[in-house]
Amino acid sequence: MAATAQEIAAAIAAGQRRAVDVLDEHLAAIGARDGELHAFNLVTTEHARADAEAVDRGERPGPLAGVPVALKDNLCTRGIPTTCSSRILEGWRPPYDATVVTRLRDAGAVLVGKTNLDEFAMGSSTENSAFGATRNPHDVTRVPGGSSGGSAAAVAAGFAPVALGSDTGGSIRQPAALCGVVGVKPTYGAVSRYGLIAFASSLDQIGPFTTTVADAALVLEVIAGHDPMDSTSIDGPAPSLLEVLDHGVDGLRVGVVRELLGEGIAPDVRARTEAAAEALAAAGAKVDEASVPAAIYGLSAYYLIAPSEASSNLARYDGVRYGLRVDAANTAEMNTATRTAGFGPEVKRRIMLGTYALSSGYYDAYYGKAQRVRTLIIRDFQAAYEQFDVLLSPTSPTTAFELGAKTADPLSMYMNDVCTIPSNLSGDPAMSVPYGAGADGLPVGVQVMAPALGEPVMFRVAAALERSLA
Amino acid sequence: MPEITRDDVAHVARLARLSLTEEELDLFTGQLAAVLDHARDVEALDVADVAPTAHPLPLRNVLRADVPGPSLDRDEVLAAAPAVEDDRFAVPPVLGEEP
Repeated sequence: MAATAQEIAAAIAAGQRRAVDVLDEHLAAIGARDGELHAFNLVTTEHARADAEAVDRGERPGPLAGVPVALKDNLCTRGIPTTCSSRILEGWRPPYDATVVTRLRDAGAVLVGKTNLDEFAMGSSTENSAFGATRNPHDVTRVPGGSSGGSAAAVAAGFAPVALGSDTGGSIRQPAALCGVVGVKPTYGAVSRYGLIAFASSLDQIGPFTTTVADAALVLEVIAGHDPMDSTSIDGPAPSLLEVLDHGVDGLRVGVVRELLGEGIAPDVRARTEAAAEALAAAGAKVDEASVPAAIYGLSAYYLIAPSEASSNLARYDGVRYGLRVDAANTAEMNTATRTAGFGPEVKRRIMLGTYALSSGYYDAYYGKAQRVRTLIIRDFQAAYEQFDVLLSPTSPTTAFELGAKTADPLSMYMNDVCTIPSNLSGDPAMSVPYGAGADGLPVGVQVMAPALGEPVMFRVAAALERSLA
Repeated sequence: MPEITRDDVAHVARLARLSLTEEELDLFTGQLAAVLDHARDVEALDVADVAPTAHPLPLRNVLRADVPGPSLDRDEVLAAAPAVEDDRFAVPPVLGEEP
């Protein structure tokens, strides 16, 4: 097992290891295997070396000093190409850093590269990348999940102990589950979205991938907290998480969501979820069945709301201010030629779906209805959280599937997000914790959900699950 | 809920500034119909009295203090543009005629 972020930071702070040596080890791991996995779109070797050398000179102290971190390639890095794995942004160098990038660098982190994703974060397998699919480190014939598949694979393969991703409908938690690592979607508004290239603005959140629950807590403490550059940022301090990890779950009320454990969930995934519930009961939690009836409508609501927001957000790719331009006789034709050449099929599908759902005559039937269903889901979660401190479900209905298995049928691909979408619609935090393997030997993740700003109790439960496997 | 047609797809593609081949029109019509068909499960829900949610946080407008601060570097922004003229973004003719 590769060293954790906590171990690396402690060893460097104590003078037992040099940051450049830690970096070289990780670059060697990337060099040895990323040709096969394609977790990275870009490895920023020179920047990383300069940052590591500065750590070794004592110039960059902080809780993550010398810790290699990978960034999903939809997070803006000033002067460093940021593509969203799309031809339309190929070669673009942002003129600013995302707030999370600034906070990681201020904490001493060494940024090693930009990771592959489904184009504009639209997908559940990382096969929608314009630059080729990422493969699952546990079995290279399988997908790593998505859309943050590159970040999940990078952490699972030991390329970096920490990576950031973004989660709109499950894009951190589902690949974390399929790659056997920890993945966290924080409360909406807990982490600044400034510099995260927008997909669906009322749903997008940034969060960490790590190998341990404690590392995820450490990283979230660094990146969370109010940011005046994001008007939806919650005006409050970052949560204290590391100090609650060993508080245990004695007396906590844990609800296993009935609606997310039924049809469509593979038996082996269901069995691991039930084993997690039993482990929490053995650790002192009061475990019972919970019901969130409207959760089953989450998928339908999400695939109207998210494309609608995307169709608006992606209107900015017009060939004028940045990215690709395909020349034409006039501006309207240039816009069309640029977007037609620059976007891949899944992005086009979602733009058209959203444009349709928002268009005159269909707005009330589709987008309006979906927004009302969103309210029902929020109400049902609120009712459940009156009885339970946290909720439990599988993260993904199955373990990692084979490359190409679902690319021809978008709806079957969308079904991967059935358990993760409800928490995006409600804005509540949720995380995936690795919990053993399925019948095929591939990782299974269990999802812990909590009410808004419930990260402390969510992390307590996640830490207890991790301990129960030790 | 209404059924999406091939003409609908051609129409939204035009609105979204996307040009589709005949084959793509057929493919996307079928795929979008499948997604919209799945979304019909919400038809069973009576939500007439339920308020819509546009956003998970009860946020009001956020205004910053009216104090000048640093903005993006103009040269850096213009350097990323496909075409620039006199420190401005340059585009082909908008109304179909050369200026």
